[in-house]
Amino acid sequence: MKQRAIFILPLIVFCIIGFYLAKGLTLDPKKMPSMLDGKPVPTFSLPPIKGRDNNGFSQNHLLDKVALVNIFGSWCVACRIEHPFLMQLSELSNTPIHGINWREENPDSGPEWLKRHGDPYEFVGDDPRSKAAIAFGVTGAPETFLVDQEGIIRYKHVGPLDLQTWRGILWPLIQKLSHKNIPRGTL
Amino acid sequence: MRISILTIAFSALLLADSLAVEPSEILDDPRHESRARELSKALRCVVCQNQSIDDSDAALARDMRILVRERITAGDSNEEVLDYVVLRYGDFVLLKPPFKKTTLVLWLGPILMFGMALLGALLFFRRQKSATSLMKCDPSAELDETERKRLNALLGGQKK
Amino acid sequence: MTAELGLFALTLAFAVALVQSTFPIIGATKNYISWITLAGPTAITQFVLVALAFGCLTKLYITSDFSVLNVVQNSNTSMPLLYKVSGVWGNHEGSLLLWVLILALYGAAVALFGQNLPPALRARVLSVQAMIAIGFYLFILLTSNPFERVFPPPPDGRELNPLLQDPGLAFHPPMLYMGYVGFSMAFSFAIAALVEGRVDAAWARWVRPWTLAAWCFLTGGIVLGSWWAYYELGWGGWWFWDPVENASFMPWLAGTALLHSCTVVEKRDALKSWTILLAIITFSLSLLGTFLVRSGVLTSVHAFATDPERGVFILALLIVVIGGSLSLFAWRGPQLKTTGLFQPISREGALLFNNLCMTTATATVLLGTLYPLFVDAVGGDKVSVGPPFFNSVFIPLMIPMIFAMAIGPLLNWKRGDLFGALGRLKLVGISSLIVTGATWAWHNDGPVFATLALGLSAWLGLGTLVELAGRIKLFVPGAGSWARVCRLTRASWGMTLGHMGLAISIAGMAGAGGWTQESIQTMKPGDTIKLSGYDFTFKGVHQRKGANFTSAVGTFVVHKNGIYVTNLSAEKRNYPVGKMQTTEAAIHTTLGGDLYAVIGDHDGNDGAYVTRLYFNPLVVWMWIGAIVMVLGGVLSLSDRRYRIGAPRQSRHGHAKELEAKSMI
Repeated sequence: MKQRAIFILPLIVFCIIGFYLAKGLTLDPKKMPSMLDGKPVPTFSLPPIKGRDNNGFSQNHLLDKVALVNIFGSWCVACRIEHPFLMQLSELSNTPIHGINWREENPDSGPEWLKRHGDPYEFVGDDPRSKAAIAFGVTGAPETFLVDQEGIIRYKHVGPLDLQTWRGILWPLIQKLSHKNIPRGTL
Repeated sequence: MRISILTIAFSALLLADSLAVEPSEILDDPRHESRARELSKALRCVVCQNQSIDDSDAALARDMRILVRERITAGDSNEEVLDYVVLRYGDFVLLKPPFKKTTLVLWLGPILMFGMALLGALLFFRRQKSATSLMKCDPSAELDETERKRLNALLGGQKK
Repeated sequence: MTAELGLFALTLAFAVALVQSTFPIIGATKNYISWITLAGPTAITQFVLVALAFGCLTKLYITSDFSVLNVVQNSNTSMPLLYKVSGVWGNHEGSLLLWVLILALYGAAVALFGQNLPPALRARVLSVQAMIAIGFYLFILLTSNPFERVFPPPPDGRELNPLLQDPGLAFHPPMLYMGYVGFSMAFSFAIAALVEGRVDAAWARWVRPWTLAAWCFLTGGIVLGSWWAYYELGWGGWWFWDPVENASFMPWLAGTALLHSCTVVEKRDALKSWTILLAIITFSLSLLGTFLVRSGVLTSVHAFATDPERGVFILALLIVVIGGSLSLFAWRGPQLKTTGLFQPISREGALLFNNLCMTTATATVLLGTLYPLFVDAVGGDKVSVGPPFFNSVFIPLMIPMIFAMAIGPLLNWKRGDLFGALGRLKLVGISSLIVTGATWAWHNDGPVFATLALGLSAWLGLGTLVELAGRIKLFVPGAGSWARVCRLTRASWGMTLGHMGLAISIAGMAGAGGWTQESIQTMKPGDTIKLSGYDFTFKGVHQRKGANFTSAVGTFVVHKNGIYVTNLSAEKRNYPVGKMQTTEAAIHTTLGGDLYAVIGDHDGNDGAYVTRLYFNPLVVWMWIGAIVMVLGGVLSLSDRRYRIGAPRQSRHGHAKELEAKSMI
């Protein structure tokens, strides 16, 4: 009997492996975890992009209000798809949207792109060398972070933002966070 | 649809053809530089298929190599540099997974398996030994299946 | 028409496989002679039909028939003929067709050359082969039809991936598949043996040549891929522990174990059920590799066009084939009884130790390869398992095995004399310590592992020579050593060369892994860089036009101590159709190491380029070692005893006697 058990062992091992292989088919190995959820925004300080004379974009701009931080670039096709929705959002909602203009080889391309497609952003920082992008753990554009009034990252959305995500996830989350109403901004 | 899948596969291979570290990135201090290379080899490029940032020519990999070098120049230890990246991208970026609860099986598995294999061999020899001693001590014992089989074989194996 | 003919032939082959998979195996059980004799003709017919289908696809590629989707996606009129042909298997659908072609080829070989196998065994083996084939035919016909038409046909195709347009890589897949699929023979023999409930020395003698042939091809295929990576990827890397590489390495490790355990079954009638299990595992790992490469469950640099739908199909195939065979093993395995007894310290014991190390190593690679998937599936954080893990776990596992490899062949069968063997290796031990020490003294900047590996390489290489010298009584005056050399069986030469080849390869791996020198810089024409004692002078870049690419060729002149060594011409190619660039490294090989030059981007206006120069010590030893290993396999394969088909008993007895004599 003991002898038999040894002969069944390979089959058992294979069943375990097979189970995981089957499960693996339903998973996306390229999907990255969101590491910074619930953590404070990283320290970063970006210079302004051309044509915007305010003082760039840094973590200090994220300390009084629930806000969205959007990573975009003129080279990014998906950002082009996302952009009209951001424009709409900036008009209809009072949640500020900030931009990180990521990895422009030519410093003019970002501003030109915004001129052509509209500019939904309150603050925009220029990030040609991925300083802020890496600090945020960005892997591709577009990505959007929801940051609460205490400067804590609450949600990370990978890919173009759309109405569905906004209604389903972001808006309820913003509602919840706003009710906490901690007057951190006065500090 | 299939064409787009193929394109992805192609771009993956495109990344494989890499000319990674550029001369402009190299640090003046050779000791810093060699530490940077060592760290770059241990960090996975997050936009590539399966490459370290040292091997990849993806733009983000280059920016990460530069970040690693900046951190080293700023005086960070190797652990601090890795921690900085892991905090943002998770253990995923470490090509050598850290030793922790979720990787226990990975790290201990090989040793355990080797131990089990040795144990298996030991049991095999013990069983074999008891089989032989049985044969020697008790000549009147009936043939066991092994022996019967062997006898069959000796007799030409007509009976199976 | 050609495409339709190809598809028709493939469908017919499937139908023939259905017959081949049922009648002969039932006939063998029920003893219906006419059903048994169906096996041979069906196997040959199946091969002819698949060959026809494959020929059709090849013709479509050669004639650039862009009404076929597969050709459109992987070929282009401007490509050289060689790559038009290799484009046939440079993609998912075509490579599967190559897979079934090779499977049918092995089947036909059994039918033609296995005339003196017992008819029932042959019938069962061929039926099992056909069962595997059915799975793949279904896969091709249902999910991956290479003959699919496209309308309207585009004027030109999309070109084969330029990285694959390379002579080394053109033959890499066929070699690899000859290996993977070759293990299906061992698998089919194992299943047949389980069904029959009988494994004996004769069985092992029939299985061994097929396994050995597959092993030779697989070794060749892996080395070809590795060599390609070395010269094509532009920085001299040759092994990355990428999932796809691991997928080919695991069957190789298991197959190597199988070769060794087959010897024990053959010579000593022991380790039977273990050998059967290994045969199943080896082919299962080949199948698993197919799944990993094509399903997209893991990320890899060499990804095929992955598609989860295909993944589901291959997984189903895996479950049927592997699950089925392991169930059969669990059911019938315990009935296989072993007669040969042996002591732990004996030749069998050493071979068993090899098996322990090899299987643990296989399991380790499997664990590391699949671990990201496990962690992801249980919802843990994503983890990566990369080269640093494999190097730090796999290499230590190899050390005891390589250490034992020098001792094992010196031990007698059944009961060996360990101290006697160690005594004979005393000088070898001292020499390898000297090698290690000298390496350390000369270059203590390399990794410790590389230094140790050089010592181990010396241990194994010299130990193998000692064994050979002992067998031919080289140092016994008047023993007639030369006559003994002539009388050595080819199989024993196979062992000697196999071990020797590994020793040589280890030295190469140690050198390349431990002491590579690198220099990355911008060079203007006329600039000189000194690296490892060589002066590389950059002569500038000129343009060249190839068949379907344009290329910037950078030339270096290399001197050592003022004496001219060589000219190096490194290329950076641009393929306009695929919009891709590839690098072609310039390599000058010497026994001591390779000079390796690559050019990068244009930098500035004065003809300056980014250049990468490398000195890769001992790399060529890796390739030489691999060739020696394969040569050993081929030599062993040509041994009279293993000639495909059953050997005559008397001859075998004679050979055994000789061997027994030479061992004393």
